[in-house]
Parts: sequence; C-alpha cells; structure tokens
Amino acid sequence: MPALRWIRRNMIVIAGLLTLAYMIVPNIVVMVFSFNKPNGRFNYAWQRFSLDAWQDPCGVADLCSSLSLSFRIAIWATIGATVLGTMIAFALVRYRFRARGAINSLIFLPMAMPEVVMAASLLTLFLNMGAELGYWTVLIAHIMFCLSFVVTAVKARVMSMDPRLEEAARDLYAGPVQTFLRVTLPIAAPGIAAGALLAFALSFDDFIITNFNAGSTVTFPMFVWGSAQRGTPVQINVIGTAMFVIAVTVVLVGQLVANRRKNNAQP
Amino acid sequence: MTVTEAPPAPPTALKVRKPSARKRLVPYWLLLPGILWLIVFFAVPLVYQASTSVQTGSLEKGFEVTWHFQTYWDALKDYYPQFIRSLLYAGSATILCLVLGYPLAYLIAFKAGRWRNLVLVLVIAPFFTSFLIRTLAWKTILADGGAVVDLLNTLHVLDVTSWLGWTESNRVLATPMAVVCGLTYNFLPFMILPLYTSLERIDGRLHEAAGDLYATPATTFRKVTLPLSMPGVVSGTLLTFIPASGDYVNAELLGSTDTKMVGSVIQSQFLRVLDYPTAAALSFILMAVVLFMVTFYIRRSGTEDLV
Repeated sequence: MPALRWIRRNMIVIAGLLTLAYMIVPNIVVMVFSFNKPNGRFNYAWQRFSLDAWQDPCGVADLCSSLSLSFRIAIWATIGATVLGTMIAFALVRYRFRARGAINSLIFLPMAMPEVVMAASLLTLFLNMGAELGYWTVLIAHIMFCLSFVVTAVKARVMSMDPRLEEAARDLYAGPVQTFLRVTLPIAAPGIAAGALLAFALSFDDFIITNFNAGSTVTFPMFVWGSAQRGTPVQINVIGTAMFVIAVTVVLVGQLVANRRKNNAQP
Repeated sequence: MTVTEAPPAPPTALKVRKPSARKRLVPYWLLLPGILWLIVFFAVPLVYQASTSVQTGSLEKGFEVTWHFQTYWDALKDYYPQFIRSLLYAGSATILCLVLGYPLAYLIAFKAGRWRNLVLVLVIAPFFTSFLIRTLAWKTILADGGAVVDLLNTLHVLDVTSWLGWTESNRVLATPMAVVCGLTYNFLPFMILPLYTSLERIDGRLHEAAGDLYATPATTFRKVTLPLSMPGVVSGTLLTFIPASGDYVNAELLGSTDTKMVGSVIQSQFLRVLDYPTAAALSFILMAVVLFMVTFYIRRSGTEDLV
C-alpha cells in the first residue's frame, strides 16, 4: 500500500502539523467569531455574519481603557525590566565576584515558582505595607517577574560575545563609554531586543499576578476574565484577532528585513 | 543553573595590575538596582507570606503571629483533593505537551527547510493574542453538541474516556479532559521552544553517520537524537509543569467545581474569603512541593545547567 508507506515515512511531519493545527485552531475560532452577531450576552455559538464589532471595537464600556492601561504598563515594565536585567546580565557574565551563585539562584527562582505563589506573597507584602493596590503595584510586580527572563535572554547573547572585539576597540583608543556604545551595545542588541520583546508579551498577557495585585484597576486580561462571567462581547475577539495579525505581520516583516540584510552583506 | 565562565582571556598579561577599588565595585553597581528589586519584591514577600501562614486572627481584629502551625494541617486536610488534582492535571498536561510538542519541534529543526521561520512564528504568535481569549475559544470548540464532541461520540471515544472518569456522559466541557486540554494548549509553546533550541544544535552529520553505520531511523532517534535533546526535554517539562501546577485560569474557565485546582483555592481564599493565613499556608505548601519535585527531577536527570 503506497499510501500507508507514505504515511509511515512522513509520520513526524504529519504529527507535527497536527500539533500545529491544535495550536492554531483557537486563533482561527477567535477570528471567525469576531464576525459573529451573537444572540444574547455570550459569544460562544455561531449565529450570523456581521461586521458590527469591527466597525466599533471600542463600543463596549471599559474595553479600550483596559487595553490602553495594559499597553502603558507593558511598556514601562519592559523598559524597567530590560534596563535592570541587562545590567545584571553584564555583571554576571563579565565579572567574577563573590555571591555569584546566590545571585544566580535569586534570578532562577522566580521562573521556578508557580505564578500564584508569587502573586499571593506579593499581595501579603503590599497588605502589610498598607500600599494602595493599583497601577503602581501592578507595575512593580510586572518588572519583578519579567526581570529574570530578560537576564536569561541577554546573558545568552553576552556569553557568546568575543571580548577581543572590545579589546580591539580599546587598542584603537576608544574610551570606555565609546567602546560600550559603539561595540558592546550593538553586538548585545539582539539579545536585549529578545528580552524586551519577551518582557512585553509576558507583561501584556499576565493575568494571575495582576489579578492579585491590581485592586480595582482593570487591565485587559482582567477585563476578558470578568467578561467570561458577565458575557463576552464580540469586540474581545476583534482585539484578539487584530493582535494576532499585527504580531504575525511584524515578525514576518522583521524576518524579511533581516534576510535581505544578510543577503546584501554577502553578495 | 549555570555557572558560566566567560571565554578565557588570551594569555598576554604583560603587566599584572591590581584593579583599582573603583573598578572592583563596578559589578556591584550593575547588580544593585535589579537585585534590590528582586529582594524587596520577590524574596521579602516570601518571608512575609511565611509569617502570614502562622498568624491567627480575623480581618476586623487584625492578625498576629501566634506560630499556629495547625493552619497547615487544616489546609491540607481540607484541600488535599485540589492539591492532588493540580499535580495530576499538570503532570498529564506536561506529558501531553512532550508527546505533541516533540514532533513539531523536530519538524521545525530538521524538516521545515525554508518554512522554518513561518512555523516558528506560528508557534510564538499566539503569545500575542491574550491567552484568556484563546482559552475562551476552547469553550466554543468543546461545546456540547459541537463538531468535536460529535466526532468523539461517533468514534466512541467519549465512552472510553467517560469510563475512565475523564469526561461525563456526552460532554467534554466542565470535565477533567477539558481542563487538561486547555493546560496542554496553553503551555505547549513553553515545551516546543526549548526542545527546538536543543534539537537545532544537533549536528546533522551525526544522523548521516548513524545511517552510515546501518542504524535504522528508529535507532538513530533512540541513540542519537533523543539523548542529545535531553536538556530541551528537561527544561521544557519544567517550564510546562511549574506554571501548570499553579494555574487556575483553565480550571475556572473550562472546568467545574469538581475540577478545581489548588490555584483556585488560593485565589478565592485570598481575594474573596480573605482568610489570609490559610491562603498563605496553601501557597507555601504548593511552593515547597513544586521546588522539591523540581530539585529532585533536576538531580535525577543530571542536567544542572539549565538556565
């Protein structure tokens, strides 16, 4: 049986594509249901085609304000975590000093802990301090849990850097600042960018830690969570679809640009 | 954890100079802000939580440290089903992620060719659609009377899973199967990416060499590919199991009261019941169990350089 033989030979490809389908199907469902006109408050069953939600994505109370809040928090959390994380990564790779082991563990631990544990313990701290829960507590929490991921991403890149390039710069009479800005930073940039991207995605999408420490402030994931109980507006699917399409486009365009640059560099 | 050494400096130290005091302080200045942040907002809170777990009192009268360890015992007695369930669900989801993720990671690393970047993008892109929205989509997919449930019914799969206690009669939603399906789905990228990184590092010539030595594809996989991808397997399973064990979103959105996980309990004790000592004790037990399992697993698998 040639068909059976073909299946056996391509088993891994078939299994891989099935997994890919499993990962993509929910995105397609989100997309399709963004064109739905639901009957009642819940958008779980297909009724009929409509462009209403696309014409008026902000038509639901609090949706777009929560979205913009999530954006602002994600941007500041990304900046904070990237700056602090890059500094730590450079210190860890470039210098020998005491307590390196302890510091490595301190950075590893937040990634090796269920989110709910961090969320709950941070809440006990804030309650004990009498801090007012809201924008600032969420931002503090986000910088905290993004930090470790940035350190890991930047560390990987800095570790593979050739220190002789910096020595060469110094030999050519570049000052420490000049060496850092013109040699070190550009080489480390892809690692820093990867860390920043990861931090943004993690912060924007975080629900558990935010839910514990936000008080009455509502971020976008919290809005979606609340709507699951109260009734999900179609606009949520519109936002989800838009984010997916934008992300795929940005990444693909980035890849194309990178490819072209590579091709130009090696004619 | 790695203790990574920087590439050795070339042995051209013509003049050995003791670095000045200012220079020696540089790493500490670089570390200070970030480490301080982690200490104040990560380590100190854990201490606070430990102290909260041995407090007694009420919200009105205030809480006081009374070293009341009974809370731990009571919490375990009341909520051990949720604990066991969390570990079971997270464990099943991790195994499923490994089984489903390995072929895809293998496909990206060795078979995708010029499609590699596109497939990678498709694996990462869901990160950018809120995972809550995507989890809600599973409600539609697994809905009673939907296409998936109908298909499983026609194939008599649901008869078997109901007999096993994974589903109930003719429905998938609000059963353990739905929760594990959601967990698997949500944490698959965390399995695929480390697997892919470790598979990608494997030199393709090793496969050719194995073939030249008359190894069948299955033998090549068992003796060459799988052992070399073990670091990816270990870090992938950790990145899946740890967050899955504390997750309560899937259990709440896709499950029922019979599928509650320990995260749900911690959340409701903290935010709704306002019984802080019990909530703190529960989350401390969860942390201890997870850290213990992780340490044991890392020791067993012998790959201590993970991060």
